[in-house]
Amino acid sequence: MKLAARERIDGVARTLFRTTGLIVIAILGGIFFMLVWNSIAFFLKIKPMDFITGTQWDPSGEHYGILPLLVSTCLVTLGAMAIAIPLGIGTAAFLSEYAGKRWKNILKPMIEMLAAVPSVAIGFLGIVVLGPGIAAVTGQPNGLNALNGAILLSVMALPTIITVAEDALQGIPHTYKEASYGVGASKWQTLTRVTIPAAAPGILAAVMLGVGRAIGETMTVLMATGNASAFPKGFFHSVRTITATIAIEMGEVPYQTTHYYALFAIAAVLFLITLLVNLVGEHFVNKFRKYHSA
Amino acid sequence: MSNDLVKLSAKGVNLWFGNKQVLKNISVDFEPNKVTALIGPSGCGKSTLLRAFNRMHDLSPDARIEGKFMLENQDLYEKGLSVTQLRRRIGMVFQKANPFPKSIYENINYGLKINDIPKAERPGIIENALRESYIWEEVKDELEKPATRLSGGQQQRLCIARTVALRPEVILMDEPCSALDPLSTLKIEELIVKLKKDFTIVIVTHNMQQAQRVADKTVFMYLGEIIEEGQTKDMFANPKNELTANYVKGHFG
Repeated sequence: MKLAARERIDGVARTLFRTTGLIVIAILGGIFFMLVWNSIAFFLKIKPMDFITGTQWDPSGEHYGILPLLVSTCLVTLGAMAIAIPLGIGTAAFLSEYAGKRWKNILKPMIEMLAAVPSVAIGFLGIVVLGPGIAAVTGQPNGLNALNGAILLSVMALPTIITVAEDALQGIPHTYKEASYGVGASKWQTLTRVTIPAAAPGILAAVMLGVGRAIGETMTVLMATGNASAFPKGFFHSVRTITATIAIEMGEVPYQTTHYYALFAIAAVLFLITLLVNLVGEHFVNKFRKYHSA
Repeated sequence: MSNDLVKLSAKGVNLWFGNKQVLKNISVDFEPNKVTALIGPSGCGKSTLLRAFNRMHDLSPDARIEGKFMLENQDLYEKGLSVTQLRRRIGMVFQKANPFPKSIYENINYGLKINDIPKAERPGIIENALRESYIWEEVKDELEKPATRLSGGQQQRLCIARTVALRPEVILMDEPCSALDPLSTLKIEELIVKLKKDFTIVIVTHNMQQAQRVADKTVFMYLGEIIEEGQTKDMFANPKNELTANYVKGHFG
């Protein structure tokens, strides 16, 4: 009896876990299918060429060019990376090469807490602190622009970049460093000419994961970048990213219209970009692991 | 103070890692252009002593050192002394061959770049260092090959070439053959004997035969102390201390 009961529990548990696993796969497949299905519906009405090369996003005027949105997303992401990459690698290098125990004990939990700050709170900072600051410096009426979004996104991408890059630097065998010190190299020379080059695949992975984090972020850019749908002119102008466009327009669009399908099409593009970025990042992470287990 | 017969010395050295005392009141002199072997059982502090001479313990925050280390008239732990300059005068070859993940050529070139040796002189220095380390004939046609593809013995000779290229005055070797096969070991031993013409060499070894083959003088350490030192021949033939006798005869260790 007891044995039968135990086997029954085993069987139930197995079914349960298999079901949860299948549900995850089904959800992912469902999302992907929905994106593709609705995108196809869009491309039946609008020529793909017009979608890709169109420089105007104006759903009420039947203009569905993704370029202004794509350029906005790229602008904000590039700006964020320009700030977050040097800062992130620098912090990682400090943590792994220079910081004593006390510094590490303070810094590491703080970086983890930074990752836990909700994006809406960071967006809030963008509106009430960073925005007025940028406005004061540039003399514009408000500071809700690409630069604002880029700075906020860099803050959000930092924890990812720091953590992964630090792991990569820590993973470099101590013997490399000793060899470098042994020929009279300074700490800085060792770091820049031996440790960082040896950790390059891991650092690249850190950067790609950071990019993925920044590209997909919605709430912060929605709050901080002003969302003008004109073609972006630069960092000091308002931009409208793919994510913000979907978030703003999805709530108000009538179902089954071209506009509705168009939002799915730009979501599909975003999906492809983040997928690609994550795949590249994962590729380098794995390469790095292999290289060090060898 | 200075003496023509002393190149490198330690005086009254105590060293702790945390609360554990690893070296106890060590005083030892190394003669120029001689090979001196540091022998003793595992954990006796011979590698620790060796690494103290080019201040590798600077990298471990829990190491504490007392005493005086001198390279001729230079106090090695003098305040304000450039450690990088010091390491150029005292080179080091490590236990496990540790070439950089770069090409063979770049492995030696790295040290030259670091030490601002003019670009025009580098190729000549590199060739010369590889010749001195008896690896030139094996690698001259593939200098751009990654150094990690060389055999263990070749890697270690490359690491010696990397050190030799900088013309240090002293070369410290920390069990340079412990990871190598007998043939590679033999090559490196021949190399060591030839190098003493130009350098003062201190070698840590576990291998009693190796000490007898390469070393002019031998220092026997046990539990962080120097038990006996002297001419290698004398020490192996007529050890004065009972511990030394037992160790060199292979009774423990």
